[in-house]
Amino acid sequence: MLYGLLVIAPVLQAMYYSGFKWNGLGDLDDFVGLENFRRAFADDVFTGALWHNGVFVVLSLLAQLPFALSVALMLNARIRGRALLRVLYFAPFVLSEVVTGVVFTLMLQPGGLADGVSPVDREWLADPSIVLYTLFVAISWKYFGFHMILYLAGLQQIPRELEEAAIVDGASGWQVFRHVTLPLLGPTIRISAFLSIIGALQLFDLVWVMTGGGPVNASNTMAIYMVDWGFKRFQFGYASAVAVIMLVISLAFALLYQRYVLRRDIEGALTSMGR
Amino acid sequence: MKRIALYAFALLVALAILVPIAYAVLGGFRTTPQLAADPVGLPDPWVFSNYGEILGSGTFWRQVWNSTLIAVVSTLLTVPLAALAAFVFARFAFPGREVLYAVFTLGLLFPVAVAILPIFIMVRNLGLLDHPLGVALPQAAFGLPLTIVILRPFFASFPNELQDAAAIDGCGPLRFFWQILLPLSRPVLATVAVLALVGSWNAFLLPLVVLTEADNWTLPLGVTNYSTQYTADIARILAFTTLSIVPALAFYAFAERHLVRGLTSGAVKG
Repeated sequence: MLYGLLVIAPVLQAMYYSGFKWNGLGDLDDFVGLENFRRAFADDVFTGALWHNGVFVVLSLLAQLPFALSVALMLNARIRGRALLRVLYFAPFVLSEVVTGVVFTLMLQPGGLADGVSPVDREWLADPSIVLYTLFVAISWKYFGFHMILYLAGLQQIPRELEEAAIVDGASGWQVFRHVTLPLLGPTIRISAFLSIIGALQLFDLVWVMTGGGPVNASNTMAIYMVDWGFKRFQFGYASAVAVIMLVISLAFALLYQRYVLRRDIEGALTSMGR
Repeated sequence: MKRIALYAFALLVALAILVPIAYAVLGGFRTTPQLAADPVGLPDPWVFSNYGEILGSGTFWRQVWNSTLIAVVSTLLTVPLAALAAFVFARFAFPGREVLYAVFTLGLLFPVAVAILPIFIMVRNLGLLDHPLGVALPQAAFGLPLTIVILRPFFASFPNELQDAAAIDGCGPLRFFWQILLPLSRPVLATVAVLALVGSWNAFLLPLVVLTEADNWTLPLGVTNYSTQYTADIARILAFTTLSIVPALAFYAFAERHLVRGLTSGAVKG
């Protein structure tokens, strides 16, 4: 079947290639065992890329998701024009990564819009110490709408009566949020966090367009590193090993997450909204 | 007071969303010296030559055509196949069903990036490099997991009595699928079709690797190439970028409800 042929088979093939030193053209005859994997972890550029993926994961969880949640809460608060705002906030998600990347790159150029607006002139994309954060702003711009929609859907599942009852019992606005809304939103938040982490681990398009992993690898990610070695230097075996590392990390994370975090949702299905 | 803060926040976020888009659209109406002199200003005077030249050139339209062709083909492959598979997963019990289904849901974890090297080699061996199918086929395959995961619960929610009643009237499973299930599922089918179209329209890595010939490029490739080719002419890049998002935004305006509904129902249950 198509799926087996084009999804499963390539993934298995990648695992197979990862054991070889291969340029993608000749015969697969130079078997090197786990050498490619050892080499990846010995390479500072790769471990740096891995670290950057980690930074994006943490930033997403600590900044992007809370932001998306607060926007969703705001739209849920029955303000005027919320239908229009929802459409607007979600729009960047429909734009391609390339478009987002190109427009942000131009805005962030020295002498560009960002310098015109912000009080300090910085080399937003050329300064290794801030490039990750600059990229993160662009990433959030594009993706927060998606998480916002998830949260909105979750919020609409919560019966208003519960929150009203808490208010009647004398709970403050914060208490209602902390002890009623947030726990009931738990399953949605856990799914959204899951998708966000997986996305951050596999980040490619935006970074490729905006910095190409630079300056001097300061914004490299695993996927960038892999494409770089595979399609620029034609070391397919080594690049496959990197792909396999990415896959294993994602998979291990997914299984652990499923086991320890999402399972609570299944066990708690009766008490939490039956989702 | 609280209301005011709420509206201020709403406005601020809206502004943050709009500024980059407005910058691109308006920037296309300016000249690069104008942009350099005052990055924040409005077009003065309005310049139409950037947009005019791009619309008048064959390159842009060819890329629109390539993008459209690939998006349509891959959607036409994904949706029917996924619908059939979801139908089988939803309405028939067979040994190994859940294991097989789990394999599909795991596919959600494989972005094209992980398998891009073998896919490249496979596409090359099939002789499909620089062919629209070389992009559309893998794209369709990678679109299957999400589509199936959204469709299956929907198909499963139809009461068994419906199928039994149809069977008594002499309607086999395939006919039931074709004449009853699919027409009843039109909204969710629209959702997955929109998702597949948008995903394909925006795809970057796969076309980047498969399409080397400039004549075959899709819009995202065109935009990146344009921005490296005319590095100095920011206004032109902005105009090109703006034009490339017009179809996507028009499509979004048209299909917004399907897209949002599909994402919420599919991803939350996922």
